[in-house]
Amino acid sequence: MADIDKEPVDATPNVTEVETVDAATEAEAVAAIEAPVAQGEPILQVRNLVKHFPLTQGILFKKQVGAVKAVDGISFDLYQGETLGIVGESGCGKSTVAKLLMTLERATAGEVFYKGQDITKLSGRALKAVRRNIQMVFQDPYTSLNPRMTVGDIIGETFEIHPEVAPKGDRRRKVQDLLDVVGLNPEYINRYPHQFSGGQRQRIGIARGLALNPEIIICDEPVSALDVSVQAQVINLMEKLQDEFNLSYIFIAHDLSIVRHISDRVGVMYLGKMAEIGTDTQIYDHPTHPYTQALLSAVPVPDPDARERRERIILSGDVPSPANPPSGCRFRTRCWKAEDKCATEMPLLAIPERFKSSDTPAAHESACHFAEEKDVVGAA
Amino acid sequence: MPDAIKTAPATEDPKTAAAEPVAVKAEKARSLWGDAWIDLRSNWYFIISSVLIVILLVMTAFPGLFTGASPTKGDLVHHFLSKPELSKVGSPEWLGYDLQGRSVYARTIYGTRASVIVGISVTTLVTVFGGLIGMLGGYFGGKVDALLSGFTNIFLGLPFLLGSMVVLQAFADRTVWVVILALAFLGWTQIARVMRGAVITIKQADYVQAARALGAGTSRILFRHILPNAMAPVIVVATISLGVYISAEATLSYLGLGLADPTISWGIDISGGLSQIRVAQHVLLYPSIMLSITVLAFIMLGEAVRNALDPKSR
Amino acid sequence: MTTIDKTAEVPSARSGDDHVGPLLEVRDLHVEFHTRDGVAKAVNGVNYSVNAGETLAVLGESGSGKSVTAQAIMGILDMPPGKIPQGEIFFRGQDMLKMSYEERRQIRGQKIAMIFQDALSSLNPVLTVGYQLGEMFRVHQGLSKKDAKAKAIDLMDQVKIPAAAARVSDYPHQFSGGMRQRIMIAMALALEPDLIIADEPTTALDVTVQAQVMDLLAELQREYNMGLILITHDLGVVADVADKIAVMYAGRIVETAPVHEIYKRPAHPYTKGLLESIPRLDQKGQELFAIKGLPPNLLRVPTGCAFNPRCTMAQDICRTDIPALSPVTEQDGTELVGRGSACHFWKETIHG
Repeated sequence: MADIDKEPVDATPNVTEVETVDAATEAEAVAAIEAPVAQGEPILQVRNLVKHFPLTQGILFKKQVGAVKAVDGISFDLYQGETLGIVGESGCGKSTVAKLLMTLERATAGEVFYKGQDITKLSGRALKAVRRNIQMVFQDPYTSLNPRMTVGDIIGETFEIHPEVAPKGDRRRKVQDLLDVVGLNPEYINRYPHQFSGGQRQRIGIARGLALNPEIIICDEPVSALDVSVQAQVINLMEKLQDEFNLSYIFIAHDLSIVRHISDRVGVMYLGKMAEIGTDTQIYDHPTHPYTQALLSAVPVPDPDARERRERIILSGDVPSPANPPSGCRFRTRCWKAEDKCATEMPLLAIPERFKSSDTPAAHESACHFAEEKDVVGAA
Repeated sequence: MPDAIKTAPATEDPKTAAAEPVAVKAEKARSLWGDAWIDLRSNWYFIISSVLIVILLVMTAFPGLFTGASPTKGDLVHHFLSKPELSKVGSPEWLGYDLQGRSVYARTIYGTRASVIVGISVTTLVTVFGGLIGMLGGYFGGKVDALLSGFTNIFLGLPFLLGSMVVLQAFADRTVWVVILALAFLGWTQIARVMRGAVITIKQADYVQAARALGAGTSRILFRHILPNAMAPVIVVATISLGVYISAEATLSYLGLGLADPTISWGIDISGGLSQIRVAQHVLLYPSIMLSITVLAFIMLGEAVRNALDPKSR
Repeated sequence: MTTIDKTAEVPSARSGDDHVGPLLEVRDLHVEFHTRDGVAKAVNGVNYSVNAGETLAVLGESGSGKSVTAQAIMGILDMPPGKIPQGEIFFRGQDMLKMSYEERRQIRGQKIAMIFQDALSSLNPVLTVGYQLGEMFRVHQGLSKKDAKAKAIDLMDQVKIPAAAARVSDYPHQFSGGMRQRIMIAMALALEPDLIIADEPTTALDVTVQAQVMDLLAELQREYNMGLILITHDLGVVADVADKIAVMYAGRIVETAPVHEIYKRPAHPYTKGLLESIPRLDQKGQELFAIKGLPPNLLRVPTGCAFNPRCTMAQDICRTDIPALSPVTEQDGTELVGRGSACHFWKETIHG
């Protein structure tokens, strides 16, 4: 909602929404999806996205007794060729955001506009066209590949589902090309996933994500399951591929230093809400939200000399349950700045009033009533 | 499962294969089934049970290979009290004669057919039907699952043998096929439950999510991703229960509720031998031994397969 | 191969006996696993020692043997398939590998305790937290149920679980991840052990909770003057709490050093590569440094130095000779206390 406050006209896409799916509108939607994105327009616009998982009781006659508010009103834009990092702790809803963008889960409310088409309302041919253009790399390279299919079948399956991308006789060669692109021996095509190490498997997952020439790749913790020495390899590969194919990434992770390295802009999530969003420098060097500050200060720094010098904000307690989030500001229960106002009034994600007129790096969107800069010797 | 066992496609281009000969040949493609097979090959349980099962299958198909005697033609010249002539291996009089002067050996051989056919047919039927019910319930969840699970639980509540007896009573002519249907009618629930559990677990696996994200349809997800991975526990349960169905058939036939003369079944012979158990144990003994060996062979096979497929043991 | 740990051998403060020397010393430990595909050599001659009040961080990737070594020390290695063909583990000067089952059981829990990564699966889900904490006192000290419960509440207070008295009858799943890890720590502390082995204690936790738990652990260690072996893959966590570091690769220790030294001047190409592959501020937009290749397959560890296929400095000698862990010195030959490197070219690595 904050975004709409800021730019009331531009935020709503100008292309007609697809409400009823008849043949003509579907064809229109597909055409819009296939077309290149207009210059300067965001390729993806997320508006007030909400996902509540109902908590039910009873077996046959289900009665809703509450809801886990996994994602509770999130808005952001993604531009072509950029990487948007999303950080946050477990239970903050970042993985649910990934699933919603992939339409693996249906949103409870809100819109996701891809080139002007609200993908939360698409189905059939138009949805399939969207799926070709938005792909995903999963966290766990051990569970994201079907153990009973060969690498060739896993990557080749994308062409069976979208036969228009590669003619039949061409597919094997295309799969081998893809293996080559991600740095695997093309001769491995007949092997099974369990014959590869974690890093190699993640390359296979990336090759599958690339197969359909997508424009957006959503990466849900793509390196957190990998060994430290292999993480850098995969990050380098992803950056290389981004340059080569002009990809847009949504990079979801909890490792703040990796997110900083790869992202152009970063959003910080807490309990289903966006706490702060801005460029990497704005977030890492000039955070104004207390949660971001605490998060940055808590990251262990690989420098033993820093352990005496740096000030660490140790938060008390744990993240509250998303089934029963605190009123007002979600972070207030762990915040050292919290006042009565924080319990009654939910802070909006907007540029704080005090920074609005200046052009300091602190002037970026932050959802805190008392947003201010604090010097934290944070993660690299 | 057909996808999973598929070996490397035959379209291997000889030129590319020749280009990089060294690195690739070091480690060959090995599917999970292939790994399980390597495990099985060195498992004595598997070797013994599969040799036994092959012999049983040959007996089923070509009983004439084992005996020239007729299992049905009785000749009262041969008295059932005459002792078996254990030195004359394979002859009609080897294992003695029964009350009607029929060769016990021939009847034991020919009795294999009913048992094996019932076992295999019932297992096939329950795997297909139970598997389907379990897969649909597990995959679609919600109301479909509530309905199918309820249906499964109702059948699970009916006692297996007692229920089969009641069903069989409804048929005047109890052929092999009637027995098969009666057993399958009540036997499918276990497979349905195993399959449902496996599908629910696998449905949430990342690779199923990945396939959905690619835009794969329901049938592709079910048959290409979920089914091949859900098959392992089902195969184990099916193999073990194959032995159970064979003993169930024998039990029913023994009670006079399953197969009936002139069909040849170990159950009938055991029942027939019971009245002479004090004077001529052989009439009952040899069909019983064959029945036990057969049931044991399938249970051993199931155990071996379970060990090979269980990922925890590796 | 010799142990080159030259840190002052302080007699342990709380020891009842008059043993002088390190609290725990591992000497030339080998562990192998017999699998279907052959013998996996998980640990190939590890030497390290810990003193009372000291924190040793064992740093390594998956398959480096860091956890297997810890399991061997605790005596909780699955044998078979595991096997210890060679080596000694001295606890207060006594070789634990030569002890009877009963003697080892006495040490386990009372003298050496372990904290695992996954607190949920390490706690019994059908017993209350209080019961599980009290069990230690009932079994080892023969306390009554009531006294044991009081002790359990005490412990929960010590690890800063809010409202301990009220929560003592709760079940493990009713606690959050961070709280469960605190309970694990409380359990390890219960009998005031001399040594705690923490295997990735904060890996499963969120960053903000990680900091709380690590702080708690460090504080308690100081208070009780315990030895701590911290097993981790996280260079950041190590820098925060460790006194000295042992870096493991393919079942061997490739470098040992006091914590401040290693980050400034690594003496092994693997350590150097790990440190360089951490994203740094001034590298934004550039390619990250990456160690090429993959961690070795333990069934087929490369000959010579196990790191040679991935090493930028590898020469012929690295492919044939296994480098021993030898002392590292300054350029002029001045000894660097506690430093060692298992690299044929450590001089070039640290000084070049």
